[in-house]
Amino acid sequence: MTATQTAKPTAGPGGASSAAPGPAPGRLRRLGRALRPGPAPGANGAALYRRWWLPWVWALPAIVCAAGFGVFPFLNTLLLSFTDAKPLGGAANFVGLSNYTRMLGDDDFWLATRNSVLYAVIVVPLMVLLPLLLAVLVEKKLPGIGFFRSAFYTPVIASSVVVGLSWQWLLKDEGLVNVWLEKAHLIREAIPFLSDPWLILLSAMGLTLWKGLGWYMIFYLAALGNVSQDLHEAAAMDGAGAVRRFWHITVPGVRQTMLLVGVLTGIGSLRVFTEIYMLGSPTGGPGGQARTLPFYIRDVGLDPLSGNAGYGAAVSVALFALTLGLTLLAQRLTRGDEE
Amino acid sequence: MTTSTPTAPSTPSTPAAPRPARRRFRWRDYGRPRELVVRYLLLLFVLAITVGPLLWQFLASLKGTTEDVFGANATLLPQEPTLRAYQQVFDQVPVATYIRNSMIVVVLSLVSQLLFSTLAGYMLSKPAWRGRKAVWVLLVASMMFPFEAIMVSLFLSVRDLGLVDSLAGVWLPGFVGAINVLIMRAAFLAVPREIEDSAMLDGAGEWQRFRLLYLPSAFGAMSVVAINTFIAAWDDFLWPLIVLRSEENFTLTLGLARLQTSSFGYDQRVVMAGSVISLIPVLVLFAITQRWFYKGVASGAVKF
Repeated sequence: MTATQTAKPTAGPGGASSAAPGPAPGRLRRLGRALRPGPAPGANGAALYRRWWLPWVWALPAIVCAAGFGVFPFLNTLLLSFTDAKPLGGAANFVGLSNYTRMLGDDDFWLATRNSVLYAVIVVPLMVLLPLLLAVLVEKKLPGIGFFRSAFYTPVIASSVVVGLSWQWLLKDEGLVNVWLEKAHLIREAIPFLSDPWLILLSAMGLTLWKGLGWYMIFYLAALGNVSQDLHEAAAMDGAGAVRRFWHITVPGVRQTMLLVGVLTGIGSLRVFTEIYMLGSPTGGPGGQARTLPFYIRDVGLDPLSGNAGYGAAVSVALFALTLGLTLLAQRLTRGDEE
Repeated sequence: MTTSTPTAPSTPSTPAAPRPARRRFRWRDYGRPRELVVRYLLLLFVLAITVGPLLWQFLASLKGTTEDVFGANATLLPQEPTLRAYQQVFDQVPVATYIRNSMIVVVLSLVSQLLFSTLAGYMLSKPAWRGRKAVWVLLVASMMFPFEAIMVSLFLSVRDLGLVDSLAGVWLPGFVGAINVLIMRAAFLAVPREIEDSAMLDGAGEWQRFRLLYLPSAFGAMSVVAINTFIAAWDDFLWPLIVLRSEENFTLTLGLARLQTSSFGYDQRVVMAGSVISLIPVLVLFAITQRWFYKGVASGAVKF
């Protein structure tokens, strides 16, 4: 099945080193330039296009989308955060920094921030380690391994709503998990996974981890292809056990990928919304106590009746500030050939 | 520029597994018996965890009204499997409408993403025009903002365009993703230059070169873009939740969540049937396109 594809070292992210999928384009391009007579393109580039606007027309939709639905909304969010705009329209007034001062004194905001940060702090280390262990498990080409790899990937492609429903049914008071625990006499009363704010958060973290396992497993599988088998064999010859080899050979070999996975899951944790919505009800737990930052932005900024888009924008800026460092790091790690 | 470790000539000296070249299958080629047993037990354990919840949901959706889904008396397997819930989900709930709406968004997204990311990616792979660097910077910059941090402003834009509570409003903000443009650009960059040079000597125009030389070699990347787009549009929840208001415009994920949280108290088997239905298209797609799927993840990690 897929066994040969995934383990091929060239096909993978291979840490942050390889530039792009396929045979290193940079090299081919340089080869092409070397073969080409005359000056390198770009130096007298205009010669290629007699109609200078042609590339712009081709790229126009992408430019419009990136500018209109990427950069502009961000700048607009900054602007909005100084106003009292309403989600459904009407005049917006400049209110200075009052959204920000309101935010700093808003307990619900701090609660949502704490939840989001806590989410990242707990999910990131587990998400860095567990998929790596899984990748080590499925790396060896055993009969039927393709089936297992694909099966482990199914939660990734299922929508968060569907898996959220599934978990909700498993974790509710009379759901499978509680029933089994009761049958095993481990608990007397059902554990309130879906009504206690802390347990909602923990359950949602479990759901995030469960859904991300297969995704990051593929990252690691590709990276493991680059870890030298000779080292493993030599170490085994010297009597190093599987655990020692894992920590001293495998982990250093995929360190770059671990860093990337950590950064990506950090960003992902700060963006969690659907898990909380599905497990903690549309209010985000009792009294909204399990709400994350995106959840809070939607509640305060986009509610058709009571929403204040200006305040929502201020909270959005806070969320952006939290993710910024991680985003820059991720872009640095994934940047291959930049020109 | 790739400055870090050049991908070593991928150590061809170490075949990952001793390939039993068309010999008779023997378990002992794969390791010691004890190790094999442990490995397969672990694999089955993870299988139960990852697929178990979805499988359980499917099994429960096959139960009739006389069988418990929850509680101490519920069995894992349905005693008398029936498709009643699947019939009811179409009768009681406008699931057909939800599916149609989701399909509309998916098809719109597929067309716009594929068309525009290919065109822009192609041009960005060309060395010979001024401003290309600026466009590249714009695309990368647009990826810096998490959707959740700009959704308030996006909603106001969609409102100003008069697209609240419309499927066009769901589709529009992501009609061509920067990441897909960069994936396509990487694919076009991988096409050797010499081919184009000879084509230019033969007098082929830009469009001809694009269509005949470049497009065929970018099908792999295009399928990656298509798969990612399909799944993202089909599974999306937060944005449709913000934009859509009336039930006849709901996408499938929105309809399912509404079913579950509504106070109306739907039969849980019916909701389960609905969510199984929502799983089918992505599972089928996944089964067909597995090869590209994994490649997609790999190139998603590289991105640009």
